[in-house]
Amino acid sequence: MDSMTLIAIASIVTAGLTIALGSIGPALGEGRAVATALSSLAQQPDAATTITRTLFVGLAMIESIAIYCFVVAMILIFANPFWSHVIAQAAGK
Amino acid sequence: MHLSPDEIIFWQQGFLKLNATIAFTWGLMFVLAVGSKLVTRKLSTGLQRSRWQNLLELVVTAINQQIEEVGLRPPEKYLGFLGTLFLFIAMASVFTIVPGYEPPTGSLSTTVALAFCVFVAVPLFGIEDRGLGGYLRAYLKPTFIMLPFNIISELSRTLALAVRLFGNMMSGTMILAILLTITPFVFPIAMSALGLLTGMVQAYIFSILATVYIAAATRMRKPELGPED
Repeated sequence: MDSMTLIAIASIVTAGLTIALGSIGPALGEGRAVATALSSLAQQPDAATTITRTLFVGLAMIESIAIYCFVVAMILIFANPFWSHVIAQAAGK
Repeated sequence: MHLSPDEIIFWQQGFLKLNATIAFTWGLMFVLAVGSKLVTRKLSTGLQRSRWQNLLELVVTAINQQIEEVGLRPPEKYLGFLGTLFLFIAMASVFTIVPGYEPPTGSLSTTVALAFCVFVAVPLFGIEDRGLGGYLRAYLKPTFIMLPFNIISELSRTLALAVRLFGNMMSGTMILAILLTITPFVFPIAMSALGLLTGMVQAYIFSILATVYIAAATRMRKPELGPED
């Protein structure tokens, strides 16, 4: 197996694994965050605006972890430096 | 399919490039500035006011209130910076309705520039409020062993601001582009609506985080109690 095939296989598999494993944690965390926010809303409905605002800020922070994994996967698929290097080498030959 | 509007180049000479990001950013700035100028030409303090003035007053008072609730007093001092951040990122996302438009915040250049503005603004406001000695002393809290961690957290949260906004905007446009090639119009429209929602939420998140960072650097004050207390 030459290096070009190896790089392609590694990039594709890693991209898939990155986004698959990277979405598990944030999804679980966001589920817990929303569940706790709902129960505290039920306990104190007049603090609704504060709770909702804090919930959204917390959700965005948790979401950013999944976004980092997504960005890595996108880089591996669309802006892969190793693949471009290998393609440039093959085109130059 | 491109990763960011940086790759659409309208004109190039040497190393100077006019790409879609720059074009859309300046177009957005033009619309915001000229729009506000037109609305604030004839301001009225009576009961008769135009719709646009009402809208602007709503927006400005809401942002003022948010800044005050986080603990920054007086909010007008920070309104220019934080309000502009929020309005720019929000409008950058809302104009996706216009066909052929790509949000400039979908490019890492724009988001890193915005995060760098926050990175510079936090020490500026902090030193203005606490003085240079007081601000630098804050890095030694709670103990002086925390100094490297405090510095690292400053840098990493700036990076996180940039990548969070970039990832959210880029993923919205990319999902739309992918869906348009495989499904009929209904599904991409739903995704476009979701993209608008996440754009607004991300604009709010960015500005609220900037507010919290500035509040942490200055002395936090509790919001003033109203006349009914």
